[in-house]
Amino acid sequence: MKNVVLNNISKTYDNGMVQAVSDVSFHVNQGELFGLIGPDGAGKTSIFRILTTLLLPDGGSASVNGLDVVENYKTIRKNVGYMPGKFSLYQDLTVQENLNFFATIFNTSVKENYDLIKDIYVQLEPFKDRRAGKLSGGMKQKLALCCALIHRPTVLFLDEPTTGVDVVSRKEFWDMLKRLKQQGITILVSTPYMDEATLCERIALIQTGSIMSIDTPENIITQFPENLFAVRSDNMGNLLHDLKKAKIIKSCNAFGAYHHVTFRDVSPEVKEKLIRVLEEKKHTNIELKPVTPTIEDCFIYLMEK
Amino acid sequence: MNNISIFIQKEFLHVFRDRKTLLMLFGLPIVQIILFGFALTNEIKNAKIVVCDYAKDAASQQIIEKLKASQQFEIQNILLNHKQIEATFKEGKIKMAVVFPANFNNDLLHQNKTQVQLITDASDPNTATTISGYASQIIMDYRNELMQLQDLPYQIDTEMRMIYNPELKAAVNFVPGVMSLILLLVCVLMTSVAIVKEKEMGTMEILLVSPFNPFLVIVSKAVPYLALSLINLTIILLLSVFVLGMPINGSVLLLYAVSTLFIMTALSLGLLISNSTASQQAAMLISLMGMLVPSILFTGFMFPLENMPYPLQLVSHIIPAKWYYIIVKSIMVKGLGFSAIWKETLVLFGMTLLLLVVNIKKFKIRLT
Repeated sequence: MKNVVLNNISKTYDNGMVQAVSDVSFHVNQGELFGLIGPDGAGKTSIFRILTTLLLPDGGSASVNGLDVVENYKTIRKNVGYMPGKFSLYQDLTVQENLNFFATIFNTSVKENYDLIKDIYVQLEPFKDRRAGKLSGGMKQKLALCCALIHRPTVLFLDEPTTGVDVVSRKEFWDMLKRLKQQGITILVSTPYMDEATLCERIALIQTGSIMSIDTPENIITQFPENLFAVRSDNMGNLLHDLKKAKIIKSCNAFGAYHHVTFRDVSPEVKEKLIRVLEEKKHTNIELKPVTPTIEDCFIYLMEK
Repeated sequence: MNNISIFIQKEFLHVFRDRKTLLMLFGLPIVQIILFGFALTNEIKNAKIVVCDYAKDAASQQIIEKLKASQQFEIQNILLNHKQIEATFKEGKIKMAVVFPANFNNDLLHQNKTQVQLITDASDPNTATTISGYASQIIMDYRNELMQLQDLPYQIDTEMRMIYNPELKAAVNFVPGVMSLILLLVCVLMTSVAIVKEKEMGTMEILLVSPFNPFLVIVSKAVPYLALSLINLTIILLLSVFVLGMPINGSVLLLYAVSTLFIMTALSLGLLISNSTASQQAAMLISLMGMLVPSILFTGFMFPLENMPYPLQLVSHIIPAKWYYIIVKSIMVKGLGFSAIWKETLVLFGMTLLLLVVNIKKFKIRLT
């Protein structure tokens, strides 16, 4: 069953001057962990707000649990969990007060659904009398997740839940999502971090309001059509500059300790050719090796296509 | 119902945890009441007066003509007896009554001595003293003219009588004024800011994606401020009775009832502002500039409305605080009952109803 369906959704702002989402279609199956991957301003939040009935789309239709997001907004609001991108709990209320408040608003109690949030809440428990505004970034996200889960939603919408959170907390957060998935909750999550894409079952890569690709992360990586190489030398700044000027290079992007490049020419000698070119430019300790593409490479490739 | 009560509890927590604002809310009326309203003298123009002429002789007619000719007065009516004077004062349309005794001219010509009575509405003490001063001046001018014609020691005594506030306490003027301002401040400013805060902090987004009726969000927000306003009202009344020695002449119950109505008007205004703004600063600015400043200008307790050009007087009609100010003065100072203030109450009621309808129409169940 498809829990979330979008058909040709479009959204503009400022009387049509800004196209935030254009012709977006995808679906999320029941119990799936689906990721919407794209940089800031790609239209992720607009899509989340349309699905959570907060915004009306300009064109297209969307449904959650088979209910239309425009017509049946009241029923949808009862059954979904939503965690907005910005920390949106009451900063002047304590952890426990926030949780109790949201439980009551959703006509339930913390006790009733405690088993669902137990794993997360045990970490928050030592701080239960602390005001939400005084929590660390990771703790805030955990509290927000608890509040979004407290009414046992069928679909969970998490808009950039890991933005601004440290690496350890991010990892913990994704582990929690996997456990929630096992409980049968459908999860739609967005993130600007490409490395998190592989943690989803299926992903949609989105850029300037349009979907570039929808598939499992593995398939997206296998579909990368070029041979990718990683290059490094002692002077990485000049290296990037020189690579971009080299005629045999098709694409070149900085990628951590290496620069990722693809060649125009697929012949085996091309590697030696590049090293010669770089040596002429006085580069030392040149290293060149083939690498498996990451989602980020795929994203950049699709973006430049 | 359970979730409304937790919502209201939450609102009280917000209020009590914001210590600085809380201190300001309760400190403000106390400071204002104690500092406000001393020595505000204003020039008077076209004060409405009535004349009660028992004499109907040449001298009284001449003085009436002089009063008519002056810039300061506008004669509304020539009345026949004292009882009518009291009734006209209660309607609140006039500032002064001039009473000529029978045989005014006779006494003046034969005994060279007569008197005129000036009755003023001293619930606005500044205006009362100023206009009775003007009137005596005009009467003295008349006497001086007579003395130039005939060298006789004419004497016209002006007998002043203040009604409603014979001791000329300025408090009667500014206490109702401060009441309307404080209630406006708490209700309009605090409510609009509190609601916009939910939008700004992003919590409105979560509340909308919940089964909770969005309109109840706003109702629950209003409750703590209604309570706070009533507490503030009580503080102001206690201060004015025990510190300033200004009694409440009318029904305390009626005073609380109309105050609650006025609070509702202000709360609906606050709602309207929060509906149309997206940031706390904008809400604050609109509340202060759009609401508080006009209220100070057009309520009539700092600047008498009678002195304003006609278009500005029309503007004052749409200021809720003006009507509330009239009501409070009638109840507290003049000790009048509901029959005297029903018109003003109806105006406030109508405004509240209109604002609520606009609010419900404008209310957004989604983000914009």
